[in-house]
Amino acid sequence: MVEVEGEVIPRKRWGAWLGPVGQSIGPILLGLVAGGILLLLTGRNPLAFYGDILKRGLFSSSGVQDSITRMAPLLLMAAGLIVAFRANIWNIGGDGQFLLAAAIVSGFGPGLVAVLPAGLGLVVLCLLAALVGALWTIIPALLKAVYGMNEVITSLMMTFVGVNLANLLIKGPFRSQKTSVPQTDVIPHDKLLPYLPGTRIHVGILFALVAVGAVYYVMTRTSFGLRLSVLGANPRAAVHVGIDVRRLTVVAFMISGAFIGLAAGVEILGVWGYVRADWNPNFGLTLFALVFLARLNALATIPLVGFYAIISMGGHYAARRAGLPDDFMLMVVGLILLFMTLTEYVAARRERRATRLVAGPKAALRPGGAHE
Amino acid sequence: MVEMTRPVAGRSGATRDLSAPVVEIRGICKAFPGVVANDDVSLAVFGGEVHCLLGENGAGKSTLMNILSGMYQPDAGSIMVDGQEVRIGSPRDALDLGIGTVYQHTTLIPVFTVLENLLLGQGRGLSMDQKGALAGLKKVAADLGVDVDPHVQAGRLALGQQQQVEIIKALWGGSRVLILDEPTSMLTPQGIVELERVLLQLKERGLAIIFITHKLHEALDVGDRVTVLRQGRVVGTLEPDTVHATPRPELQERIVGMMFGEEAAALAGVAEVRGQVTGRRARREISPEAVLELRGVSVEPQRGEVGIHDVSLIVRRGEILGVAGVDGNGQRELAEAIAGQRAIHRGDILLGGTSIRHASISARQRQGLRYVTDDRLGEGTVSSLSVAVNLVLKRIGDGPFWRRGLVREDAINECALGLVEGFDIKTPSVQTRCGTLSGGNIQKLLLARELSFEPKIVVYNKPTHGLDVKTTHVVRDRIRELAEKEYVSALLISTDLEELLDLCDRIAVLFRGRLTGVVENRVGAEWEVGRLMVGGESR
Ligand SMILES: Nc1ncnc2c1ncn2[C@@H]1O[C@H](COP(=O)(O)OP(=O)(O)OP(=O)(O)O)[C@@H](O)[C@H]1O
Ligand SMILES: [Mg+2]
Repeated sequence: MVEVEGEVIPRKRWGAWLGPVGQSIGPILLGLVAGGILLLLTGRNPLAFYGDILKRGLFSSSGVQDSITRMAPLLLMAAGLIVAFRANIWNIGGDGQFLLAAAIVSGFGPGLVAVLPAGLGLVVLCLLAALVGALWTIIPALLKAVYGMNEVITSLMMTFVGVNLANLLIKGPFRSQKTSVPQTDVIPHDKLLPYLPGTRIHVGILFALVAVGAVYYVMTRTSFGLRLSVLGANPRAAVHVGIDVRRLTVVAFMISGAFIGLAAGVEILGVWGYVRADWNPNFGLTLFALVFLARLNALATIPLVGFYAIISMGGHYAARRAGLPDDFMLMVVGLILLFMTLTEYVAARRERRATRLVAGPKAALRPGGAHE
Repeated sequence: MVEMTRPVAGRSGATRDLSAPVVEIRGICKAFPGVVANDDVSLAVFGGEVHCLLGENGAGKSTLMNILSGMYQPDAGSIMVDGQEVRIGSPRDALDLGIGTVYQHTTLIPVFTVLENLLLGQGRGLSMDQKGALAGLKKVAADLGVDVDPHVQAGRLALGQQQQVEIIKALWGGSRVLILDEPTSMLTPQGIVELERVLLQLKERGLAIIFITHKLHEALDVGDRVTVLRQGRVVGTLEPDTVHATPRPELQERIVGMMFGEEAAALAGVAEVRGQVTGRRARREISPEAVLELRGVSVEPQRGEVGIHDVSLIVRRGEILGVAGVDGNGQRELAEAIAGQRAIHRGDILLGGTSIRHASISARQRQGLRYVTDDRLGEGTVSSLSVAVNLVLKRIGDGPFWRRGLVREDAINECALGLVEGFDIKTPSVQTRCGTLSGGNIQKLLLARELSFEPKIVVYNKPTHGLDVKTTHVVRDRIRELAEKEYVSALLISTDLEELLDLCDRIAVLFRGRLTGVVENRVGAEWEVGRLMVGGESR
């Protein structure tokens, strides 16, 4: 190996600015531009449309508070997904874990907060939510750990079961006698998670930020995090170096479920106070995309989730004003994902030519040195 | 062999001028962060010739071949094929030019069958006819003296068998140029002889062959022209006249001199360099104390394997027990059963007198059992993690590298710097991703990890594969020294008979999953072992 004699510099090409940040922001910009073109084609003014989104989602006091409130469950869920995905465990069943935890918290919530002292009741309910989420992963976790069964299939099955079980509970034992629509009893407003002083943002966002920070810390600084990374990067190496792969698989899966259950708990205890039958915010799928855009880096999910929260809070409003279907923004999100894949491809190609040598003075003397 | 009979005639119909190179590389440069892997490399490869590319670990051989086979793009320089400048933008382009490659590390897709893997390297569509392919495969396999089941998943084969499949694949694709990057590192002497024979045939037919190896005698057996790389530069080329006219010992001395420069002097007379390990170590007293004992151990075969059956053996304190055999006769199963990576379904394993049959992998490691796997990329390392982390990969969570679960990067880096220095691992820094190191240097990393932290008994599977002669010599010395001075026992699995003769006290032979005999390493041992390796019974 030669001490570098010339200077090794990154190749300056149009793709060079595509650092990790560019690779996340780039697709978003491209998606927005493409969405804008679609808007133009349908005779709408894209600037007005995006302006509406920002106005509703970011630049009004209630809008920004709503967006931040929305970030809480999303960030918790992202934390849960990252723990699993880092270990190459495909926990696809987030929505099932989420809804079941939501149903159980809403079912027991009104009773518990009535008998327990205020703070304690909320703590117990949050723990209960986490526990439900964790327990709902046990079957796919064990099937994967012991029999090597593919968790994409099993956790997806458990989602179907979980979603329907949640509905059964809400329509059956947890059903409120006070309303005609099937839903649970409502936890009184003053017993819900408190707001941050001077705002209408509940404290769940703090839990979420702590959770994301903790996941980042654990993944980068602890032996547990390294074991997860080894398992995720090379499962055969994990076995070879003596990691207890079965146990780790189950533990990681359950932690993932616990965060997702907690997300549900925070959303119910912070915003709604009850659930209706057939309610399903479908956070799971969007979050998959977001955590991959963040390259499974927990801290990087914060801005991305914030961005998404703004779009989803403002998107409905803007679509309605523009006379577009409610889901127009979903299409833009879809475009963003498409561009994300393309960027990934370009980056991979670029990697092969990653560096170039600026040779020392003898480059000029070299026969054939004229090439490039 | 498909397309192997390409006429040696040029486009005009006139006989191709054999004095013009088939491939000419001019002024190739390739840099990676912190390393210049190829610095202004030029060489010419002629039809009907074997061109040996030699150099120490990390010299830049694989990088150069990866450029020729379209895996990497050079930073500067040009490539001419048949006198015309070409751009080889992808492995596909290389195949289209008739350049077939055996990469240093397997590129087979583990979940595809052998046949599917071969078809993949073929035509552009999936329209390839299976029957024809099977027939072709059979013929090449017979030429090479290879016996593989075409319908078994490639990932299930022993690495030595995978290497054979790679060779077959390259022979199919390479109609003009054949690149062989350490094709023999996992073959037995017999397999190497067969390969050499096939190479000579191909040479007759006018193919240009580039042959990379760390075994000098192999290079000189088949090579017509020799180019030596050192630190990314060409330090010398020996023309065919010289190669064929100079006596062997002198030739070897010159090559070693070019490869290692001023360090070469220290290697003069070293057995590994002469390529004639005489073996038969001086007899020494070995205590009767058994460190590792296998009693009637059986492991169920998975598809494509032979498993092991009723294997009993004893490794005594400070003893080096060799296990000889053609790869794929149960070596991996044996090593994994001892390391705890695979359940045994009959028999018992004792470590220091107590059964470890039910002990976990990490429990065995804590008792001083080490396993140097032969699959350094597949399971030995995590290529996306740093060199430093890979060096402590079997100690995650242990002090002094972690304290109460929290990483202590300083401790890890300090340890890593020591090991990198002690084992001469060539890397830009200890933070470099492990997967970017050269093959030999990854092997050194494995050895560094397993041989430190007070081992008691080490299971080696092909410990020196991919190491240059100098390092091979150092590593063998280390293994010997550990055994003799520190009483670290060793179970040394190898396909290289010379290595076994050089190091072992006794040599056991594994054939189709059974131990066919154990031979004291003394005069005549190689005959005895050779006989057992093909299934002969022990006396
Ligand atoms: N993809 C890569 N990224 C970064 N560095 C690389 C990469 N590939 C090779 N290198 C570096 O280039 C140098 C030459 O590596 P190369 O694999 O060509 O060596 P080699 O001669 O084949 O060695 P060996 O005999 O050990 O296989 C090494 O120092 C290695 O660290
Ligand atoms: Mg190499």
